[in-house]
Amino acid sequence: MMLDIFDFYDKMERNNILLSFKGDITSELLTSILQIMESKMDNMHEEPKLKKKVYNVLVECLQNLYHHMDETTENGGERGRSAIFMIGKQDGDYNIITGNYIMNDNVAGLKKRLDDVNALTKEELKDYYKQVLNNGEMSMKGGGGLGMIDIARKTGQKLHYNFMAIDDKFSFFSLNIKVSPNL
Amino acid sequence: MEKFSIEGTPKTPTINFDMGVGFLEIKGRSIPENSIEFYKPLVDNLEKYAGSPKPATNVNIQLEYFNTSSSKCILDVFKKLEAIHKGGSQVTINWHYEEDDEDMLEAGEDYQAIINVPFKMVQVEE
Repeated sequence: MMLDIFDFYDKMERNNILLSFKGDITSELLTSILQIMESKMDNMHEEPKLKKKVYNVLVECLQNLYHHMDETTENGGERGRSAIFMIGKQDGDYNIITGNYIMNDNVAGLKKRLDDVNALTKEELKDYYKQVLNNGEMSMKGGGGLGMIDIARKTGQKLHYNFMAIDDKFSFFSLNIKVSPNL
Repeated sequence: MEKFSIEGTPKTPTINFDMGVGFLEIKGRSIPENSIEFYKPLVDNLEKYAGSPKPATNVNIQLEYFNTSSSKCILDVFKKLEAIHKGGSQVTINWHYEEDDEDMLEAGEDYQAIINVPFKMVQVEE
């Protein structure tokens, strides 16, 4: 046990993890996490521009997890409820990494959405955002599929993701978003 | 005429809507998980106001952050304002952004491109 916890510590230290969490994603948790990250960035005297970008992208990433967990809990049982995220800073860039189980049936659809966003240029993303914003469709929670487009627009980077097959029902989905100060 | 107000929280903005003078203000942060629920009372009040609006309606939007869940609701608010504008009240939307916040300026320009109401982009110092 001693070795295990040191192993975690060492890995997190080497990857400059500022904050990490594994478990249920609740609204109250997100409020606290956002407050902690905001004061951390204040203490680190980050440029207001970078601070705002990180905050915005963090909100979208964490709320994706929140809404996703809400949707999968019913069918997914325990697995549907658990998610992980880490926020790190390396060479001036912020890394926001999330991971959660996803039903195999939903993998193809999500993969297509991510690939579609990744195929677009900056200008095309702007048009696509406006199109989706104005299409009149609204998911139950109001997201309406804008989250990933917004993250790609604000970071100016491709969405790095991975799906790992777990069993006949589940895969594990991870998303790695970089927010760079030099945009 | 009535006033409608909501006090801000860390995740939701302050809203002041003075229907007697035709002034609506939304300021602060709008990052709730469920934004439809939050914005519904404002949308309802705008519908009520649309029945007998003032000759001019001034709208100040001064958001520090908003999430994509809010962005569709803000569009709904603007669509109500567009209808009020068409109905004869001179609506102006003053979109505030901090001087280094290009994302917020761009967000305002996105709405400006969709909504047929005069927008004023107002730069504020931090």
